[in-house]
Amino acid sequence: MAPVPEPAIQLRDAAVRVGDRVLWHDVNVEVPAGQFVAILGPNGVGKSTLLKAVLGLVPLAAGEAIVLGQPAGAANHDVGYLPQRRSFEPSLRVRGIDIVRLGLDGDRFGLSLPWSTKNREAGRRVREVIARVDATAFAARPIGEVSGGEQQRLLIAQALVREPRLLMLDEPLDSLDLPNQSAIAELIRRVSVDSGVTVLMVAHDVNPILPYLDQVIYLAGGGAVCGTPAEVITSETLTALYHTPIEVLRTSDGRLVVVGGPEAPAHHADRHTGEPRR
Amino acid sequence: MMPVTAGSANPSWSWNLAADIRDMFSYPFMVNAFRAGTIVAILAAVVGWYMVLRKQTFAGHTLSVAAFPGAAAATLIGISATIGYFGFCLAAAAVIAVASRPERLRGFSAESAVVGTVQAFVLASGYLFATLYNGVLSGLNDQLFGFTFGITNDQVVTLGVVALAVLAVLAVIGRRLFFASIDGDVAGARGVGVRLLGVTFLLVLGAAAAEASQITGALLVFALLVMPAAIAQRMTARPLAGIALAVVIGVVASWAGLTMAYYTSYPSGFCITSFAFAGFIAVRRFGASA
Repeated sequence: MAPVPEPAIQLRDAAVRVGDRVLWHDVNVEVPAGQFVAILGPNGVGKSTLLKAVLGLVPLAAGEAIVLGQPAGAANHDVGYLPQRRSFEPSLRVRGIDIVRLGLDGDRFGLSLPWSTKNREAGRRVREVIARVDATAFAARPIGEVSGGEQQRLLIAQALVREPRLLMLDEPLDSLDLPNQSAIAELIRRVSVDSGVTVLMVAHDVNPILPYLDQVIYLAGGGAVCGTPAEVITSETLTALYHTPIEVLRTSDGRLVVVGGPEAPAHHADRHTGEPRR
Repeated sequence: MMPVTAGSANPSWSWNLAADIRDMFSYPFMVNAFRAGTIVAILAAVVGWYMVLRKQTFAGHTLSVAAFPGAAAATLIGISATIGYFGFCLAAAAVIAVASRPERLRGFSAESAVVGTVQAFVLASGYLFATLYNGVLSGLNDQLFGFTFGITNDQVVTLGVVALAVLAVLAVIGRRLFFASIDGDVAGARGVGVRLLGVTFLLVLGAAAAEASQITGALLVFALLVMPAAIAQRMTARPLAGIALAVVIGVVASWAGLTMAYYTSYPSGFCITSFAFAGFIAVRRFGASA
């Protein structure tokens, strides 16, 4: 792994406005290349919006965003993106391998002739990336018929097939059972380490990825704090961020639980209560 | 239109296939029916494959229904029915595209409400035009249920040119449209204009519906637009193979239907639909046991 000297992502005094509401402001983030970074925070605070700002899909109201050395959006060919899912309907009769292939050349115009060299080369790359995420066994089945964890593997393969330098995942562990959560978390870590790709991942629950994280970006109260998990996920830091008393508890098996705060429930039961899409 | 029907040819099926087919093709109206049926079956199968994938069959149905006021209005003001078909179907596609813009509506249920409203209105207009033009009963039947045996050479040429143009558009945008149809968010992040593709596809669908309704009639368009695609998607999950299979099924159903119509004097719309429907039932049974 050859780390690029410049940071993968830099946000300077960034702010985003949705309608007439400022979602977050004065956010300063620096993600060094090759790191595994999580975006944490309560619902509706603008975690997904942060990813979209990095992609250049949501304009900044203030400040600037430099991604892979270019203004946000200019380097998207080097970015793999997996939006918040988005599980496929059981009736969708499209194979997983076709979904992965779309990540490679789905944005091209025109047809590709099945017998061309280019097409064979594309097929080889697709099979290779599918093998990397251990999805070969079910990649030829219609995607609607495979399990949530298997779909997630295929979607990660889709995001990886162009060998991006930056991989952005929006709640990839959402709606997976616990064994699948840790399997996918481990897979993402392995990909990050093996190919030196920078990973920026929105997570609702930090615990499945906690052992692998280099940094966390914690969004709350309209601002953000960055640092190692040990620096950020503490009662003091979060209390200052939320402007209200917060307690971080550590359970006997090492899991972190955030208690208190107007929008930060200890138990994440309210996760589907209308986080704004943009 | 030529006042020739299958009944006036007075044919009988002899089980000598070569002789039967030679007999059938000795009539220019049958040759034109097969030409038009083939062109339309190919176009409708390809467009229909995308329509089924995008779950826009309701929009497809509404655009086909728009062919009815189109043809009726053209008859009423005395212009070519072809202009009426394409004009009304494309206009209805544009209305649906504009009225179901995502800024205005959220979710698919809202889109289907727009589509339903448009459908009710075009049906009512068709009835009005047909009423204003007195004595159109046979014309009305043709507009609703198809009149394959009156297709002229000029109409075949028009069908062919429009089909080629639509297929050319699909060849250019096909891959992006596939991406946008099943994975809009990621496609959008990759710079694919999902919204513009949606509008383009509605217009493509309008053109295909206008073509198909000239063969099967406005109400039976689904025989060529939905059934081949639905059967193909049940049989294979491979995109290219699925499109090819849909084309084969559509062409076979339309040839078989036209042959049956010629030898039985049952309406061609009914015959084509019956063969497509038989295929659909067969594949459902086969699919259930597999």
